Amino acid sequence: MSGPLLIDLSKRGRKAYCYPPLDLPRGFDQALPDLPEQLQRQSIARLPEVAELDVVRHFTRLSNQVHGVDNGMYPLGSCTMKYNPKLSEHIAAMEEFTQIHPLQDISTVQGCLSVMYNLLEDLASITGMSWGSLQPCAGAHGEYAGLKMIRKYFTSHGQSQRTKVLIPVSAHGTNPASAAVVGFDVVEVASNAAGLVDVDDLASKLDETVAALMLTNPNTLGLFEKDILQISEMVHEAGGLLYYDGANMNAIMGMGTPGDMGFDVIHLNLHKTFATPHGGGGPGSGPVMVNDRLRPYLPTPDIELTDSGYVYRWDEEDSIGKVSMFWGNFLVALRAYVYILRMGSEGIKAASRHAVLNANYLATKLAARIAIPYGKRCMHEFVVSAKELKERHGITAQDLAKALIDEGYHPPTIYFPLLVEEAMMFEPTESESVESLDRFVEVFFKILDRAESDPQYLKDAPHYCPVGRLDEVRAVKQPDLRY
Amino acid sequence: MIYPYIPHTNEDRRAMLEAIGVKSIDELFSVMGEDLLLEDSVPISHGRTEDEVQRMIDSIAQRNVRGIPFLGAGCYDHIVPSTVKALSSLPSFVTAYTPYQAEMSQGLLQAIYEFQSMICEITGMDVSNASLYDGANAAVEAAGIMIASKRKANTVLVSSTIHPFALRVLNTWAAGADHVISVVPAKEGTIDLESLEGMLDDSVAGLIVQTPNRYGLLEDYTGIADRLHEQKSLFAIMADPLSLALQRTPAEWGADIAIGDTQALGLPLAFGGPSCGYIAVTTALMRRIPGRVVGATVDKEGRRGYTLTLQAREQHIKRERATSNICSNQALAALMTTIHLSSLGWDGMVEAAKQSYAKAHYLAYHLAQLPGVTLVWDKPFWCEFPLIFSDAKRMRKFLQELRNEGIFAGVRLSSLTRKASDELVLLVAVTEKRSREELEIYLAAARRVLK
Repeated sequence: MSGPLLIDLSKRGRKAYCYPPLDLPRGFDQALPDLPEQLQRQSIARLPEVAELDVVRHFTRLSNQVHGVDNGMYPLGSCTMKYNPKLSEHIAAMEEFTQIHPLQDISTVQGCLSVMYNLLEDLASITGMSWGSLQPCAGAHGEYAGLKMIRKYFTSHGQSQRTKVLIPVSAHGTNPASAAVVGFDVVEVASNAAGLVDVDDLASKLDETVAALMLTNPNTLGLFEKDILQISEMVHEAGGLLYYDGANMNAIMGMGTPGDMGFDVIHLNLHKTFATPHGGGGPGSGPVMVNDRLRPYLPTPDIELTDSGYVYRWDEEDSIGKVSMFWGNFLVALRAYVYILRMGSEGIKAASRHAVLNANYLATKLAARIAIPYGKRCMHEFVVSAKELKERHGITAQDLAKALIDEGYHPPTIYFPLLVEEAMMFEPTESESVESLDRFVEVFFKILDRAESDPQYLKDAPHYCPVGRLDEVRAVKQPDLRY
Repeated sequence: MIYPYIPHTNEDRRAMLEAIGVKSIDELFSVMGEDLLLEDSVPISHGRTEDEVQRMIDSIAQRNVRGIPFLGAGCYDHIVPSTVKALSSLPSFVTAYTPYQAEMSQGLLQAIYEFQSMICEITGMDVSNASLYDGANAAVEAAGIMIASKRKANTVLVSSTIHPFALRVLNTWAAGADHVISVVPAKEGTIDLESLEGMLDDSVAGLIVQTPNRYGLLEDYTGIADRLHEQKSLFAIMADPLSLALQRTPAEWGADIAIGDTQALGLPLAFGGPSCGYIAVTTALMRRIPGRVVGATVDKEGRRGYTLTLQAREQHIKRERATSNICSNQALAALMTTIHLSSLGWDGMVEAAKQSYAKAHYLAYHLAQLPGVTLVWDKPFWCEFPLIFSDAKRMRKFLQELRNEGIFAGVRLSSLTRKASDELVLLVAVTEKRSREELEIYLAAARRVLK
């Protein structure tokens, strides 16, 4: 069971932090009037009143009830839970970066701008695009910025009738959600029997009302869209643009680029591909990168290198404008920059090659006991189906996931993509060793044995967590969202 | 080169390829086809060792100049207890992802539940989510809720006194979509309630205001909530949460939505990011709130536990019909705010807010005595105020003189608005962290220039 809230340990008068006394000249603060009464707060807020050690023990206990990459394997598909280098953490904590205000005079922030500028250059090289912006704070935010640019491109080219965005069934949920937020109508594109974009279906939906096709490549089944050159030609021929969801970029770094595939705009997830930590759900960073055609539409301000150093450029007329309060999640960008410096051109390529090697190895091993509907040969991730297990023993993907938790593994992504029944999507990343993968397979097979011998045990899993499976219906029907 | 982040030995690779049944890793990539496979390495530099990277970064870092910041405009240099960095750096917090698997993520879920609770307590609202990207994006989400809540209404009124960058981000949101942002004029530095009256019609989905506003001034919203609600329009107040230790809360003004940024609560300046947006709403809007929400419930044995909930609003379930596209938010930054507030308690929060108030007024009072600058509007402010210079030359000299003392004297409003009319306005922010000595250095330098 979960432990107490910190507020429950409160005792009036305890303090975990003391401010130095106010040292203004005697009399000044006595003479200083309070805020006018109609502007004054009426009530107090209930916050914990505890000693410093209470705070330390509370959050240390909470951290012990969380599983991160540092705790163990985390094969959460499409999330690229790779190792987050300690060097990046160390550098992101340097006061020379953490204590810089975003609105300091530009001559005093040349270090920060140099990091951003050089990172953009490297990301452009890695993706085959011409330039980008670091303002988007996460993948979905990058999608938003990219789709805004597509929208603006067409309105400024007198083609506002292009109101549709085509999205494959297998796409991440953020794709259609972002398209809708930007004001596009979403049209689904079917997948063929091989799990790839159905080119005929795509052809039938391409017309002068289509603004863009959003695609993840490799797709969420871990399959490379091998018809991509044909697809991009078709979309461009029909006057549309191509958007690349970079969530799966860890499969192809240094091996190929979205630019060569014909994409016009892409977003990256620095917290996936470039090894910045996921932080329990952010902060991430979702740079948007474009080719020359869309470059004028990038968010402002752009960064430019001049004879007198780096400067902001605000004057781009076609820009979609700002998408973040300041310049984006700078400390996340800094970590990604450190990762790229560390790995270099050969290193990022090695990362993708071993991510693909690991996924194929794990798929090959697991395929001995569980179905992989779209084939065991994959890129950086693959999707198994627990359908047969469900039919034979009533054991679902959810049950297998909960059983994995008992074994100390974070489960794969489950029930996604929607194309696969009882889906479990594995992405081991390059970080895991062969021994680690072998151990995982052994554990997974032990769980499959148990599905036959003692299915109830799996249905009751997890057994070794602070709580068992939670009543989610009750959570929705009787919302308890705060103390 | 050997990569410490990739554990494979030659022997491992051989064994793995054999198990897969291929001869080389290249064979696994053959599906990409010759047209797409790169022949050369991508044109970035070669790899470096840890030590080499550290040296390189050290030299880049030297190109940043630190000063004593009297800079604010949405990002403030407050005192942060040492617990914040120590506890938010615990590796499992740092290296976990969104707590999809509740049983394995109880600690993270509970921390988010405590964050939500604290945001509700501070704003007075009923329901908070798990965080948004930043304050400006919180304003965008508030605008989205407004549009979705009133049929056929496409206009969001926004006070011209909100942060210039937040206004830019809102304009980006509205452009190209069927939304209209109408800007409500200001009068003497705060929202002009009389012109607001003339703008209210059926097309108006809601109003977004900010206090302290772009000038640092506190605004009076008496009567606004009722007037908007008569029109079935919503009212959103953006506020620095630390200011709410002293000033009337969004709930007390009758707001439906409270938004803002928790940067002032435990986050470093960090060149502006990561920061952490918050959004809290009334119970009536609970199912329209964007992003992750954590709720408490029980397991089969009746044990209390926490889980992501109300997910029927979200993109991974509803796809194009979701209330927002947000997926990753700013969880670790929200955790920092939670630890910060846990360390401060209510008394500490009030102390920080009061000291900021007193020190800002001390500096403002003495600057106002000097020739060549004025605090134009006689309006209440909290920790930031606008200093208007009589001419540009004097302002430049002032900034330079303080720079020579190692002080960043303020943010030029024109650097945010890019308007010539704002060129003589300097926003000066003073937090509890500024020592008496720093205040006196500031004043002494100011007296040298302005005489």
